[in-house]
Amino acid sequence: MSIDLSQFKQTFLEESDEGLDVLESGLLALDSGTADDEVIHAVFRAAHSIKGGAGTFSLTEIASFTHVMETLLDEMRDGRRAISKEAINVLLNSVDVLRELLDAARDDVSPEMGRVNEVQAKLEAVLNAGNDQATEAQQDAESEQKEPESDGWVIKFHPHEHMLRTGNDTVRMFKELAALGDLENQVDLSGLPEFEHMDPELSYLSWTVHLKNNEQQGPIDKAVIEEIFEWVEDDCDLTIEPLISQADDTSTSERLDSPQAAETQTAADNVTPITVESDSQTVLSKEPAAGVQPPSRTQQSVGAQQKPASRKKKVTETGSIRVGTDKIDSLINMVGELVITQSMLSQMGEDFSMEKIEDLREGLAQLERNTRELQESVMRIRMLPISFSFQRFPRLVHDLSQKMNKKIELKMLGEQTELDKTVMEKIGDPLVHLVRNSLDHGIEDPQTRLAAGKSETGTITLNAYHQGGFIIIEISDDGAGLPRDKLLNKAIEKGLVTEQDNLPDEKIYDLIFHPGFSTADQVSDISGRGVGMDVVRKNIKELGGNVDVSTEEGKGTTFTIRLPLTLAILDGQLVKVGNETYIIPLVSIIESLEIETDNINTIAGTTEVYKMRDEYIPLVRLYEVFDVQPGTHRLQDCLLVVVEGDGGKAGILVDDLLSQQQVVIKSLETNYKRIQGVSGATILGDGTVALILDMSGLLTLAREIQPAQNYNNQTYANG
Amino acid sequence: MSDIQDIVGELDALTDENAEQYLTFVLAGEEYAIDILRVQEIKGWDKVTTLPRTPDYLQGVINLRGTIVPIVDLRKRFNLPEIDYGPTTVVIVLKVFGEEHDRIMGIIVDAVSDVHNLKYDSIRPAPEIKGHVDNRFVNGLTTINNKMVVLMDIDALMNSAEMDEVEQPAA
Repeated sequence: MSIDLSQFKQTFLEESDEGLDVLESGLLALDSGTADDEVIHAVFRAAHSIKGGAGTFSLTEIASFTHVMETLLDEMRDGRRAISKEAINVLLNSVDVLRELLDAARDDVSPEMGRVNEVQAKLEAVLNAGNDQATEAQQDAESEQKEPESDGWVIKFHPHEHMLRTGNDTVRMFKELAALGDLENQVDLSGLPEFEHMDPELSYLSWTVHLKNNEQQGPIDKAVIEEIFEWVEDDCDLTIEPLISQADDTSTSERLDSPQAAETQTAADNVTPITVESDSQTVLSKEPAAGVQPPSRTQQSVGAQQKPASRKKKVTETGSIRVGTDKIDSLINMVGELVITQSMLSQMGEDFSMEKIEDLREGLAQLERNTRELQESVMRIRMLPISFSFQRFPRLVHDLSQKMNKKIELKMLGEQTELDKTVMEKIGDPLVHLVRNSLDHGIEDPQTRLAAGKSETGTITLNAYHQGGFIIIEISDDGAGLPRDKLLNKAIEKGLVTEQDNLPDEKIYDLIFHPGFSTADQVSDISGRGVGMDVVRKNIKELGGNVDVSTEEGKGTTFTIRLPLTLAILDGQLVKVGNETYIIPLVSIIESLEIETDNINTIAGTTEVYKMRDEYIPLVRLYEVFDVQPGTHRLQDCLLVVVEGDGGKAGILVDDLLSQQQVVIKSLETNYKRIQGVSGATILGDGTVALILDMSGLLTLAREIQPAQNYNNQTYANG
Repeated sequence: MSDIQDIVGELDALTDENAEQYLTFVLAGEEYAIDILRVQEIKGWDKVTTLPRTPDYLQGVINLRGTIVPIVDLRKRFNLPEIDYGPTTVVIVLKVFGEEHDRIMGIIVDAVSDVHNLKYDSIRPAPEIKGHVDNRFVNGLTTINNKMVVLMDIDALMNSAEMDEVEQPAA
């Protein structure tokens, strides 16, 4: 029977990705000393699962590499090796290598082995150059090397009662064993209950298998045997020990001290020889079970270690796209209500009379309520906790702080704050950039910090919380803060501002978001090239959000990112220009007003500004920018929608304001492409398409166009 | 009799691996053919929402069951004389394979005419054409009922550089 494994490969890769995350976060926890036994167990399990899976899919590089990692982790887990910073760093490197290997496996390309071998050598160096506790393991490794020279193997195999339920078949395993060499098998029937108490689905037997090298096939590799038991090692007690042919029957095994082994010995009377057919040989067992047990020092019962591990596995797993059943349940409830409302309305429609108009109104109100609730529920399904985005930062901070010899503690708050999946995917890179910045420019080195009377260890805090329809993410450090004067000087030097400009502090700090602006004295590979902050702001703006900085010299800097919870729906103001309907996002509207023509002024005869209270704001005639026929040229009949976009306020001239409503954003790029000044489209109640305006893009567009226009605005102004 | 022969011929072509079905449509009195597997649907002409600052031939976008689909007027695209949209004017909604992703787009044509089975060996390469329809957009020529039909390369047409020019201000 052959199974097409390729269909499971994707699942394996996904699980391995999760495993790597567990490995990484676990190792970091170990490094900071906050870990308990659970963590090291979880880390070991993650490595173990990857190894097992890789073996199954014949990804030998991954399997052999992970094996070395596993050995090291195993020693740490058993307390045979102290958890040193050095070892953790090598292990973290290994995680990176594994990730590369898995990526290579995903793309079906052969991996770059140079780095793999390098890190593997490092791992082995750590393994060998151990402290005293590690020598035992070293011997273990050595004995593993020698083991194939033994005559064969003694395999003690005691399945747990429920092993058969996992679909494993002992007969198959014995057949495979028998194919390796000469097999002698003894079964222990002592666990067998009375016939009437017997459950056919449970396994009561245990075996002692003597597997001898046979002449044709040569020595048997221990790994091959382990592979046979790979799928059941969590469900059984298994020991594999070298068989020494001159083994003294009376040699005292350490294992005899354990009650289990003693049990086995007392059970020896019950041992019945059984036969296993393999190819052409039939092998009979000859010796009693416990007698040939050679002394074993280094080998431990694999099963005993695996048992608690498998139980905890379910807790540490995290799903990539998992939706809580509560969310689904509430969704089903709402659909139920919706169906009831619908049937009520359709019943009403069958014999409608004017008396029922009140009922109809009520029904429609209910329908609206149902729809909104349903919409909210569906939106909630797309929401994921921001911890998905935050989880990469402990590693980042760990690596970078070591690289820069800084001591940094990372605090993360509000990790459960939920955020739309698409927003989450796009916010990752800007966040990394900001955290890197805080690390590099924000936090000072320990000496400087001590000199400034601060604690040696700097703190970077990531905080996320909801505020209205927005999510706020704060990245703050208690570092040096932004140097106001230096920023200003640099800006003057670059000609961005003049000395006469009396900029308020916020505007000066805001300069860091200007393209090509960096205050770092020395460019490092971490940050400081002056590309980045402008990109950060641009990316965040594209998501309909904003980023601000507040800082105090000597105390620290805080970046505040404000993002809409979702990209799928927005509150919009429908406006009319000629025959066209456009949607202005409600968040960008400051106010709408009727135009008083006296307040319109022109600059150089082309650029129109409107005097609104104490401010002059540029006037944007939407019909001009979009080149459509306006409904009227009389300004008195028009309305002015005052909006705030990139680079300040502006007044948008429209014919009329229609309703305000929530609109579902549809992308124009799916089938066409991006159009400047338009962020997307939506479908209105009557089925027609309306464009959603992008204020920043629109204002930029207006600025480009307006100087080119050469019209006499006075004619319009006077109507 | 000849009718029956025609039908038999078509049936042959239908089962022939070396043949494909093509939808033909009329534009300014000429017949054009497109791979029928690319045609998602044919719908009547309806009002579109115009997109600002896009080429003249991009008529606008429509709502096709929740998807925003751009519509290209083929007459305008090929600089043919414009006519008023009449009862036969239809929008052919097509799947367009692009480099980055596939798109759904519509073309406005004067009328759809028929579906034909064309054998590969009946398709002739197009000579260098100078005129409204650029050579780049033509896959070949064939003859149906003694009439020349232009096999149109939808992907080349819809992905052509002109479609991408829209980011620059049209003015």
